[in-house]
Amino acid sequence: MRRVVITGVGLIASTGKNAETFFRNLLEARSGVRRISQFDPSPLSIQIAAEVPDYSPTDYFPAKRLDLLDRFSQFALIAAKEAVTSSGLEVSEAERPRFGVVIGTGMGGAGTFETGYYNLFAQQATRLHPFTIPKIMHNAATSQVCMEFGAQGPSLAIATACSSSGHALGEAFHFIKHGTAEVMLAGGSDAPITYGMLRCWESVRVLASGNGDPRAACRPFSADRDGMVIGEGAGILVLEEYEHARKRGAKIYAELAGYGLSSDACHITQPSIDGPARAIRMALGEAEVAPEQVDYINAHGTGTKLNDATETAVIKEVFKEHARRLFISSTKSMHGHTMGATGAIEMVATVLALDRGLIPPTANYTAPDPECDLDYVPNTAREKPIRIALSNSFAFGGLNAVLLVRRMEG
Amino acid sequence: MEVADKVIEIITREQHLEPGKVTIDSSFEELGIDSLDGVNILFAVEEEFKIDIPDAVAQNMKSVRQVVDALTRVLEGKDISDLVALSKGSAPAPGN
Repeated sequence: MRRVVITGVGLIASTGKNAETFFRNLLEARSGVRRISQFDPSPLSIQIAAEVPDYSPTDYFPAKRLDLLDRFSQFALIAAKEAVTSSGLEVSEAERPRFGVVIGTGMGGAGTFETGYYNLFAQQATRLHPFTIPKIMHNAATSQVCMEFGAQGPSLAIATACSSSGHALGEAFHFIKHGTAEVMLAGGSDAPITYGMLRCWESVRVLASGNGDPRAACRPFSADRDGMVIGEGAGILVLEEYEHARKRGAKIYAELAGYGLSSDACHITQPSIDGPARAIRMALGEAEVAPEQVDYINAHGTGTKLNDATETAVIKEVFKEHARRLFISSTKSMHGHTMGATGAIEMVATVLALDRGLIPPTANYTAPDPECDLDYVPNTAREKPIRIALSNSFAFGGLNAVLLVRRMEG
Repeated sequence: MEVADKVIEIITREQHLEPGKVTIDSSFEELGIDSLDGVNILFAVEEEFKIDIPDAVAQNMKSVRQVVDALTRVLEGKDISDLVALSKGSAPAPGN
């Protein structure tokens, strides 16, 4: 049986423009949520988001390259570059057809779309820029990363809303496990902080208030939580067949050992207990891990009333008594809900937690909720040797992705 | 030469090239202008001069002089349908 390991991590998020800074900020419970700066948010009722701070694309890309890159593709390339560099990976010409890319995104080139439509409808433009299509398409990030690194193998874009990058990692994992590829770059990217997108989210009434104190706005599992905070960024991981990694002496962060996916098939926005529970059981089953062996869950934990109570019920349903012994945290409390990037960004947090034996906390936790009565590692990181962890992603649309990672011993 | 100067300025700007690199005799190939770049340049030309260049003509542009000639004739209100047939074997338009 082919085993799959994680040998590189890269990301860009509000809480850090590389994996090390990001993880250090998480351990210190430092939130990246702030007043929106990409446009004037004054007309909005919710004026905060988890934005990548002081981001200047020309620091990363030459002008000619940037013409064809929406912000979400820029983030994907930045994260992929860090992941590849951290892995020390060099793919030979001969290996390229077995080297692929799977990147999830919820909204694709939302910003480019919006600018185009603004010009069309508000400015009465009669034609749109010819780069609009190559920038907005959901596979733009995947294709740009393929071109950058010469990946000619199985490659996909995945759009399952907030589960996109969970599914991207899972599908890439299976490509390697089942022998379709040797090495994959997988993760997700989204740049949904635009005036139009924020208006869309505002109308769903799921966003956290907290204009006055942005850093404390997202309070997952806490009794006083009042919604999620939209974030942006990308997370990309290098997945590699175990022998391939071992032969080249790569640092192995963790083994990706299980992937579960399911559909609620009941409501377009409300979560269920059954769907996520089946996904968790499927991930445990593939990894041949008993529920009692799991140490840590990086929760979906959006900070909405409904998600956090339902996720708690899901965990109790699957883990029974062991649920009370699990460490559970939502790092979204700090990096926000980065949509199609969130599963991958949280996987970077999970993998580094396993690697370092340090569990990032749920920030901004103020008071227990009777419906959320497990150990959410409130506000302070824990130093614990953990061996097996899950990362949950549950999406609008009821499509769930759960990944199981295991520390490699020896 | 006003039209030619403007076209050269647009190509220099859109391709992020050093000033002076683009001349009236430059081919798209030697400037590294691919099919998608070509579409972008013609978009900028159309925006600048508030004109329309038909798709069939646009797809056949492969040098600075061709763009300038076509543009000059459009600005003078002349027929440019012959430019479609002129350029067989030129670079294809963006695929798919």
